[in-house]
Amino acid sequence: MPPSQTVKIGAESRRQENPFIKNALIVISLLFTLLMLVMPLLVVVTQAFGAGWANFARAVTDTFTVKALQLTLLTTVIAVAANTLFGLTAAWCLTRYRYRGQSLLITMIDLPFAVSPIIAGLIFILTYGRLGWTHSFLEAHNLKIVFAAPGIVMATIFVTIPFVAREIIPVLTARGTDEEQAAVLMGAGFFRTFFYVTLPHIRWALVYSVILCTARAMGEFGAVSVVSGHLRGKTNTLPLHIEILYNEHHYREAFAVSAILVITSIVILTARSVVERIAKKEVNQSVR
Amino acid sequence: MSQTRQSKKVIPGFGLTMGITMSYVGFFVLIPMISMALQAAQLSFKEIVQVATDARVLSSYKVSFGCSFLAAAINVVFGTILAWVLVRYRFPGRRLIDGLIELPFALPTAVAGIALTSLTTDKGWIGQPLSHLGISVAYTKVGIVTALTFITLPFMVRSVQPVLEQLSPDYEEAGRTLGAGSFTIFRKIVLPELKPAVMTGFSLALARGLGEYGSVIFIAGNKPFQTEIAPLMIVTRLEEFLYGQATAVAMFMLFASFMIMFMVNRLQIRAARFVEN
Repeated sequence: MPPSQTVKIGAESRRQENPFIKNALIVISLLFTLLMLVMPLLVVVTQAFGAGWANFARAVTDTFTVKALQLTLLTTVIAVAANTLFGLTAAWCLTRYRYRGQSLLITMIDLPFAVSPIIAGLIFILTYGRLGWTHSFLEAHNLKIVFAAPGIVMATIFVTIPFVAREIIPVLTARGTDEEQAAVLMGAGFFRTFFYVTLPHIRWALVYSVILCTARAMGEFGAVSVVSGHLRGKTNTLPLHIEILYNEHHYREAFAVSAILVITSIVILTARSVVERIAKKEVNQSVR
Repeated sequence: MSQTRQSKKVIPGFGLTMGITMSYVGFFVLIPMISMALQAAQLSFKEIVQVATDARVLSSYKVSFGCSFLAAAINVVFGTILAWVLVRYRFPGRRLIDGLIELPFALPTAVAGIALTSLTTDKGWIGQPLSHLGISVAYTKVGIVTALTFITLPFMVRSVQPVLEQLSPDYEEAGRTLGAGSFTIFRKIVLPELKPAVMTGFSLALARGLGEYGSVIFIAGNKPFQTEIAPLMIVTRLEEFLYGQATAVAMFMLFASFMIMFMVNRLQIRAARFVEN
């Protein structure tokens, strides 16, 4: 037995585990991460910049790319804002009171996670499309939802509904309602109680969930693809634009546009890690 | 109970928040889902049988289910190893890996799709050496499994990680002091604790894999009877304006994912009880 493996007293005694197994597991993890997570990122970046900076710049400043970027930004802002307000409201209403049917309501909020994005698109086509029951009304008022921007926004909202609510409900459940009750009994109104008593506790969970919600809203493909109609320059989002470029064998351009989204998702991941670290630090301090 | 009844009276805003929540869920979830149910109710028996016995649709279910199952199984192994390594060991690059685990959630699926495809074609960085061994990944079922493994990795790691963080190494140490080998310790001490979390992660990965579209269509090649996935069957029918058939395919898929989600909830309830005890 090598000396490192002999039993030592104190802190070292934990490290008796077979070092071969430990190293093997670390190597497996590093290799798996390299193959599955790092290489896809590298391939996008090398393909995007492989033909030089000028080609990259030309691809990302193309009129259709810019239009797609605008639609993606608009959709993301609306969907994230709507779902943040909804998530806070739903979390409050599901954790501050008790009534029948609460778990049914939670199931309905969770539903979009269980549904394939393609089905998420399909249900909006069936509701607002040519055969939908709202069609004659929409036609009469000259409103277009499916194969237009409103449909894209609605499908994106559907797909990202659970993010904020799901993250905040457990935090509020764990805290209980004592502090809100005290605040209200001392004369605070609804908004005052929410902003001064509840919000400070859920602040980081809120930021965290908004970050993840943004990532999903920005990158949604399946649901948006079904309702979009793929009109270039009109109902094309960035992910759909990438698909078109790729299928037309404009690989360089497809990867150049992808690089924008890769950079955005790395920013999102970094923000997520930072928020997580700050939140942990605050929890530790409040425990002390 | 009396306390909770009181809290309903004390904390204001019930009507307002309940009203907003119900209208929002109603407008964005309930009405569209009911519209699909209505469409499904209009299907004739003939149409349902036609879709249910369509060989191409059946083979797409088989591909979707088989590949999602395999991908989830691969993640049971590698996801658990990753979670273990991230919780128990300190090594250079640990933080980076921990941050990267959620990349599949943050990266748009279409980008993941074209990136994995270009890596695994016969000219790709990974595909070229594999093609010399006679293995092709892109445009085969192997490619579908690869894409689904990528997409569902975070589910497994993030299910197992919190359980491992709670699991004190003291028990393993006790086992080791009593003379148990690494394998016995893993099987008898660690595995029973991880089982509910692994099962939850597996089911979540399976459900996500069944519905996944964006990352798969690029790498699958979409050859009829070979590499067509179930969501693609809905898309092709929609493109032909066969709304009824699209709905029928979707209803079968919905049923499968509800069964899986139901299982997840049961498992989570059991796991919660386990923790309380």
